[in-house]
Amino acid sequence: MTAVAEQIGQWVNEFTRQSPSAPWVEQLREAAFQRFVDLGFPTTHNEEWRFTSVAPVARATFRAAAADRLLHFAESVQELELKDIEAYLAHYAGFGQNPFVALNTAFLGQVTAFQVPRGVVVEQPIEITCEVPDDAEPVAVHPRTLILVGANAQCTIVETFKGQGRYLTNAVTEILVGEGAVVDHYKIQQESVSAFHFATMQAQVGRSANFSSHSISLGGALARNDAGVVLSEGAEATLNGLYIVNGTQHIDNHTVIDHAKPHGTSHELYKGILDGKAGAVFNGRIIVRKDAQKTDSKQTNKNLVLSDEAVINTKPELQILADDVRCTHGATIGQLDAESLFYLRSRGIGKEAARSLLTYAFAQDIVDRIKVQSLKDSLEGILFEKFHEHAH
Amino acid sequence: MSLLEIKDLHATVGEREILKGIDLTVNAGEVHAIMGPNGSGKSTLAQVLAGRELYIVTGGTVTYDGKDLLAMAPEDRAREGIFLAFQYPVEIPGVSNMYFLKAALNTIRKNRGLDELDAFDFLNLVKEKMKLMEMDQALLSRPVNTGFSGGEKKRNEIFQMAVLEPRLAILDETDSGLDIDALRTVAGGVNALRAPERSMIVVTHYQRLLNYIVPDFVHVLSEGRIVKSGGKELALELDESGYSGLGIEDEEETVTKV
Repeated sequence: MTAVAEQIGQWVNEFTRQSPSAPWVEQLREAAFQRFVDLGFPTTHNEEWRFTSVAPVARATFRAAAADRLLHFAESVQELELKDIEAYLAHYAGFGQNPFVALNTAFLGQVTAFQVPRGVVVEQPIEITCEVPDDAEPVAVHPRTLILVGANAQCTIVETFKGQGRYLTNAVTEILVGEGAVVDHYKIQQESVSAFHFATMQAQVGRSANFSSHSISLGGALARNDAGVVLSEGAEATLNGLYIVNGTQHIDNHTVIDHAKPHGTSHELYKGILDGKAGAVFNGRIIVRKDAQKTDSKQTNKNLVLSDEAVINTKPELQILADDVRCTHGATIGQLDAESLFYLRSRGIGKEAARSLLTYAFAQDIVDRIKVQSLKDSLEGILFEKFHEHAH
Repeated sequence: MSLLEIKDLHATVGEREILKGIDLTVNAGEVHAIMGPNGSGKSTLAQVLAGRELYIVTGGTVTYDGKDLLAMAPEDRAREGIFLAFQYPVEIPGVSNMYFLKAALNTIRKNRGLDELDAFDFLNLVKEKMKLMEMDQALLSRPVNTGFSGGEKKRNEIFQMAVLEPRLAILDETDSGLDIDALRTVAGGVNALRAPERSMIVVTHYQRLLNYIVPDFVHVLSEGRIVKSGGKELALELDESGYSGLGIEDEEETVTKV
C-alpha cells in the first residue's frame, strides 16, 4: 500500500462505521468522502498548502467522535433540525477543493443549525462552544454549523473551540446573511497546544448586508483557518484576525473575499505575534469579479516577530477583473520598536515589562474591535497573562 | 558630594565619535544649561545619561549619587531618580497614558521604599499635576503621545516629570517647536519643580528658553567638548553674538546661508 492509501485507509474504516442518516445526508457524505479520497491530504506542493505541512495529521490515527457542543441562545433564535436544512447545508462551503471540508462533510452527523427570523434583532450572542475532553485514544471531531440570518435581522455568533490533549478538530461553519442583515461572527480558537485544528468559515453576504468576522487563534500545535466571504451588491464585510504563536506552534490563516457584485466594501486586518520557533501563514485573496464595479477593498496584515527563529509567510493575492475599483493591500513584519522600548524603560519600567506592554499594545486594536464586552474582557485577561508572565 | 560627575566622557554612534571628552559636575539643586549648535553632541549627552543603547560609551566615567551610572540599565537610572524629557517624545499606540504613568510611578515609588498608589490617590495626584501643565484630562485615557500635537507632547513630558519627581531632570530641547504661550506653560511647570534637592540639565539650542528657566551655569558644547562655561550671562552673550562669536560654526545657519 502506498503512504497515501494507508493514510486514507484509516478514514475508510471510520467512515463505514457511521450511523445511518437521512438519504440526502448519506448521499452528501458519500460524495464528500469520494472527493476526499480523490484529493487526499494536501502536500506542500499544493500552492494552497505551500507553507503548512499537514503530514502530522495525515500520519496520525484518530477515532471519529461526535463533537461535544454547548449552546446558548436567546428564545427568538430558532434551532433547526436536519430535515429543515437540506436546501442550505453544504451549499456555501464547497468540498470540491478543500479535503478537510470534504472530510467534515463525509462525517456529517449532528449539525448545529439556527435561524434568526427576518427583521429580528437578537441582542444576546448565539454561543457555540466545542470542547474535546482528554481521551486515551486521539479523537477526530467534525463540528458542523449552519446559521441562516433572515433579511434585516441582526445577530452575534460566538464560536469557541477548546479541549485537552491530542485530537483533531475539523470544523465547518456556513453563514447565510440575508439582505440588509447585520451579523457579527467571532471565532475563538483556544485548542490544547497538542491539538490539530482545521476550520472553514464561509459566509454568503446578501445585498446591502453587513458581515464581520473576528478570528482569534491562540491554541493548537497545527491550525489552519479558511475564512471566506462572498459579497452581493452593496454588501460590506470586515475580517479581523489575531494569531499568537509560541514554541513550535504553526497557524495558517487563508482568507478569500469574493466581490461578486458591484458597490461592495471589505476591510481586512490580520495581526500576528510570533515567538519561539513558531510559524504562521497569512494568505489573503481578494477577488473582484467583472461585474463588481465600485468595489472598495482594503487588506492589511501586520506581524510582530519576537524571536529570531519564528517564521512568517505573508501573501496578498488580488484578482481584479473589474476596472473601476479601489483595492489596497499591505503587509508588515517587524520587531518591537527600540525607541518605544527605551521610552518606557527611561520611565522606570523594566525591560521585560516594557516588552510585554508593547506586545500587548500591538494586539490592542484587534481586541478593541470586539463588540461583545464579556468576550473582550476575557480576551484581555488571556493576553495580559500571556504577555506578563515574565514581567514580574 | 556632587550629584552628578562626568569625567572625560567619550561616546560613539556607529563609527562616528560624538562626545569627545565631556567634563561636567552638577551639584544638588543646580540648574545647568547646555547650549550648542546642531550636531555638537547635546542630545547625545542627554541620551547617554539616560542609558540609550544606541550610543556606545568608549571612555570616561559618570558617577551619579556615588554610583557608576554607566553600569546601570535605563530603568534602574529612572528608578534612582533620573528623568529625561525627550526631544521627540515617542508615540506608543495601544498603551494608555494613564496605565503607563501609573506603572512608571509605582515602580519608582517601590524603589524608594514607598507604597504603591491606589487608583484614587493616583488620579488625585495626576489631576493636580495636569492643572499645573494646563493639560486636558482627556489626554490621560489616550494612548501615550498618540495623536498629540507637538506642544501637547512636550507638556506631557514635563507633566510626567512632575508626577515622577526626579532628582536629576534632563530636558532635551524641550523648547523646540513650542509657541511662546506653550513655552511659558512648560517653563512654568519646570520652575515649579525647582527645589534644593533637585538638579536639572537643560539642553537647548536657543537662549529663549533660558529667559524663563534661569540657569545657574551655562556650558557651550562644540564638536563633542565643552568649550566654554560661565554663569547665566553667557547665554545672553551667545544670544547677541551667536555661536560664531565664540568661533563656533553653527551647522543650521551654514545651511540657511547656502
